[in-house]
Amino acid sequence: MEITVGGLKKEYREGLSVAELIRLEKVETPEYVTVALNDEFVEGGDTETRSLKEGDSVEFLYFMGGGRG
Amino acid sequence: MAEAPVTFSPAELERYSRNIILREIGAKGQKRLKAGKVLIVGAGGLGSPAALYLAAAGVGVLGIADGDSVDLSNLQRQVIHATSGVGTPKALSAREAIRALNPEVEVRAFEGRLAASNILEALEGYDFVLDGTDNFAAKFLINDACVIASKPFSHAGIIRWQGQLMTYVPGRGPCYRCVFRQPPPPEAVPTCREAGVIGALAGVIGCLQALEAVKYLTGAGELLTGSLLTYDALKSDFRKVRLPRRPSCPACGEERTILAPEDYGIPACGIAPPGA
Repeated sequence: MEITVGGLKKEYREGLSVAELIRLEKVETPEYVTVALNDEFVEGGDTETRSLKEGDSVEFLYFMGGGRG
Repeated sequence: MAEAPVTFSPAELERYSRNIILREIGAKGQKRLKAGKVLIVGAGGLGSPAALYLAAAGVGVLGIADGDSVDLSNLQRQVIHATSGVGTPKALSAREAIRALNPEVEVRAFEGRLAASNILEALEGYDFVLDGTDNFAAKFLINDACVIASKPFSHAGIIRWQGQLMTYVPGRGPCYRCVFRQPPPPEAVPTCREAGVIGALAGVIGCLQALEAVKYLTGAGELLTGSLLTYDALKSDFRKVRLPRRPSCPACGEERTILAPEDYGIPACGIAPPGA
């Protein structure tokens, strides 16, 4: 199936879970990364059970501080 | 926003002529800028360019809150401060630079640190808040206080070669806590000193924050509400990511549990996205 990850189209096997995608995409410190799937946030506890389907769009959102110091 | 009885001198009309000629701003928008009050929290990498451009644009009142003094290592990116200002409180150094650039602007310098005990008072009277802080304790404090006080604000963060920003407008989109539920623990994030940041990146993101303030005050264009704009300077890549609201958000959700600002003791810079 084709899904969009961070704006890029990618091919993954049907039924891949969000947690598997996080591992395959090598997301660092995933416990502090917010996952947006289409129009909602995926809660941390739901990543194992939430499976992806053709056409889904996933974004990984990272903490960024910086600015002043 | 109520129209304030604002007039301009011939010198002001000349100074702001390139703004006024813009269809989206005009005399009406320039009056709104002059009647506008923006609080900039942090006169650093983000706050420096934002303050300079908002002053240049003719925003009537600029609040500058910063409890630190200018350090030599700040000058690589904090362009509102000069070498002669090293050791001076940043709020005062920024005020001097703004006065030199545009004496029409009223600057309210606040040399203390914003905390749960004083932030709601500090926000009073401002139309828009610009978060130019460098730590998550401050970012969550600003978010929660702005949600509680119904103040729109621009959030931004930068690390290494990457930056991001979003704008919260009460009732119109997600808040920072919808996206990031709580501050990360200190050990999860490298400090700015360890991670580094390229100076011009702070300029890019700080200027985008200034644009959000200008657009909010004048009503021009579309704000970054419900979206996060990310910028990768190494790839020269801007992306606008749609942000949903989180119905269970403890700050702005249906059953709010954060009813007063809270202090967190987490100094931090950021978690590196891949390739940052």
